[in-house]
Amino acid sequence: MAKPSRARFGERASIVPFLTLIAVLVLAILICVFGWTTPFRKANGEKIRLKGINEIRFGIDIRGGVEAVFAPKDYNDKVQAEQLDAAAKVLNFRLDKLQILDRELTTSPSAGRIIVRFPWRSDETEFKPDEALQELGEMAYLSFRKPDGTIVVDGTDVEDAAAVFRSDTKTPAVSLKFKEEGAKRFAEVTEEMAGLSQPLAIYLDESLISAPVVREKITGGSASIESPNMTREEAFDLASKINGGALPFALEAISSSSLSPKLGRNSLHLMTLAGVISFLIICVYMIVVYRLPGVVGCISLTAQIVGVLLAISLPQQTLTLQGIAGIILSIGMGVDANIIIASRIREEARNGLTLSAFLHNGFTKAFSSVMDSNVTVAIAAIVLMIFGSGTILSFAYSLLAGVILNGITGVWMTRKMIASLTKIEGLRKPYLYGARRTA
Amino acid sequence: MSNQLNSKKGDKFFASREFAGRKIYPFIEKRRIYFTVAISILIIGFVLAFWRGFHLDIEFKGGSLVDYTYSGEIDVDQITAELSDAMEEPVNCQISRAIGSDESNLKVSVAGNEALSPEQLTNLTDSLNKNYPGHNFEISEANLVSPSIGREMLRNGLLALVIASALIIAYVWLSFRTMSGPSAGVMALVALFHDTTLAVLAFVIMGSAINETLIAVILTILGFSINDTIVIYDRVRENMKLYKDEHSFLDIIDLSITQSLGRTINTSICIFVAVVTAYIFALLYNLESIKEFALPILVGVISGTFSSITIATPLWAMWKTRQGRSGFED
Repeated sequence: MAKPSRARFGERASIVPFLTLIAVLVLAILICVFGWTTPFRKANGEKIRLKGINEIRFGIDIRGGVEAVFAPKDYNDKVQAEQLDAAAKVLNFRLDKLQILDRELTTSPSAGRIIVRFPWRSDETEFKPDEALQELGEMAYLSFRKPDGTIVVDGTDVEDAAAVFRSDTKTPAVSLKFKEEGAKRFAEVTEEMAGLSQPLAIYLDESLISAPVVREKITGGSASIESPNMTREEAFDLASKINGGALPFALEAISSSSLSPKLGRNSLHLMTLAGVISFLIICVYMIVVYRLPGVVGCISLTAQIVGVLLAISLPQQTLTLQGIAGIILSIGMGVDANIIIASRIREEARNGLTLSAFLHNGFTKAFSSVMDSNVTVAIAAIVLMIFGSGTILSFAYSLLAGVILNGITGVWMTRKMIASLTKIEGLRKPYLYGARRTA
Repeated sequence: MSNQLNSKKGDKFFASREFAGRKIYPFIEKRRIYFTVAISILIIGFVLAFWRGFHLDIEFKGGSLVDYTYSGEIDVDQITAELSDAMEEPVNCQISRAIGSDESNLKVSVAGNEALSPEQLTNLTDSLNKNYPGHNFEISEANLVSPSIGREMLRNGLLALVIASALIIAYVWLSFRTMSGPSAGVMALVALFHDTTLAVLAFVIMGSAINETLIAVILTILGFSINDTIVIYDRVRENMKLYKDEHSFLDIIDLSITQSLGRTINTSICIFVAVVTAYIFALLYNLESIKEFALPILVGVISGTFSSITIATPLWAMWKTRQGRSGFED
């Protein structure tokens, strides 16, 4: 929409675009409020569900939960990236065991840290973040056990495990290397168990992770675990679990913040209510002051808000308090964009121009200022997304989504709707656009 | 003759005058009053803020702060002494109770160079429940932050602020280069700085320690403030094209501000309504995090709206007309 065309404003418009936009908006509102399980299926046969506002993923600062930074405990050597990955594997494994599936885990190899965020389970009434963190950080214990439960070799004996691809059998496998002491004991055990067709079970903490059968005595400290139906992923998974169990350190939460789930929920409901009330007041105000453009502005604003909420709920972007601040800022800019347009139309209408002339002038002149401020803020948001971390990221995401939607709804949609509405004879009175009432 | 400001002597404050067939207000002429008011407010703000004290919150400074809920009555001094013994570190305790609730709140902060470990937190909770059985101490919030991570968070936050402001200025510069971009950008920055400072002062005067919420407040205000300034600049740019040959630079500025006044006031009212509603709710239901956020935003938004009119634009006009220039030079 660079230079406006010479055509008079709304000349080729009809009422159809307005009705179409309203229909799309109503559909968007319905999806936003209720969500929608589409009839389309994903590759795994599951139906694709479009998630609505009730399924928004809130950050732990709102719904309660734990954020912790783990680092190796009492370990003075430099932590290798592979060691950190193995430690992350152990954390993931334990979080699975705790039934905490909805978590985020990031490793920062340069700092040798693992950052974990997880919400508190809603069915759990007792909130004991400290105990969960201790449990997560404990030294992983890897053990090889005979069928009677005796531990024969443990994590300290393991040198390294890796996922490999056997060229002879064309199957993935896990190769194991033992340290000197471990290799000796492993040879004894395998000699004892060879041919018994009993498994030598491998445990991480107290959970069985693999139960290979010993085929022959293994000397030399190298073994391989294989199975005809082992997938590539399974091989990697098992190898990193074994490596995790062989780590020479425990993890410690050097920093953590926890929030009881009771606190957040309550404030969220109240803030939603506050948001709805203020939106209604703003709508009434805009309609009283700007008349028809005020009504259209409210519709555009509704579209913007619904759009931002969908931009967060559909891709399941985590929404934190800072993210809500980003939404508020973008809505504020949306209100401003609509007011700038409406007041420009009013100003031009009061100059005594014809309907199509003052609408054309109003939109054209308002355009550059709305665009300039949106682009400025969008640039800032993009930079924050690149450089920001954690909470700032959430702010930047909602702001960027809001500003882009503001460009679409505040500029394009408002214009389309007003052009469309001028086709209705009763809506062509300059008074409706803010001109003073004259005879 | 270029800088014709006041046509009529002895006007009332803010008397309007005619220009290009419409009434305009003498904004630029009154700039000294605005500057005086702005500087006075800043001075008062700084005095109050220093009196309150600038403190880094636990998430930036590092340390441990644990919030417990409990029932019944306890003696703070006694509990402080007991916990200090148990933790072998000085401990600070505060209790509070929301009106109409039968649960009370105990805030325990532990000094020390490192954050408490989860084990130590368990010990703390256990010793409370052992010494005060039946009071049912439960953690409602715990922040155990290592100082090095706190510093890192602070550095990242500040870095984000600096980069965002630099880019905003660069864009204003580029976008308004037809009417002398660099000075417009720099004066917009002065206004940005003014607005964020006021918001920060409001935040500190309310008694909040500098934390991540403040970073979000500042980012929000940056957005609002630049938006406001751009709207006015944009009007100036438009009017410059129209009236450059017939009217003086300062008159065009006054006209531009006057014309955008309706929008300025209405937008401010709308945002004011939204933030005040949030604030009232937060006040009624005692939602700390929202209170902490809403009031500084309110201050920043109001300041952002008026600083575009009273600081950025007049300063820029003064710069453009310095030493007898007409203002239309490049």
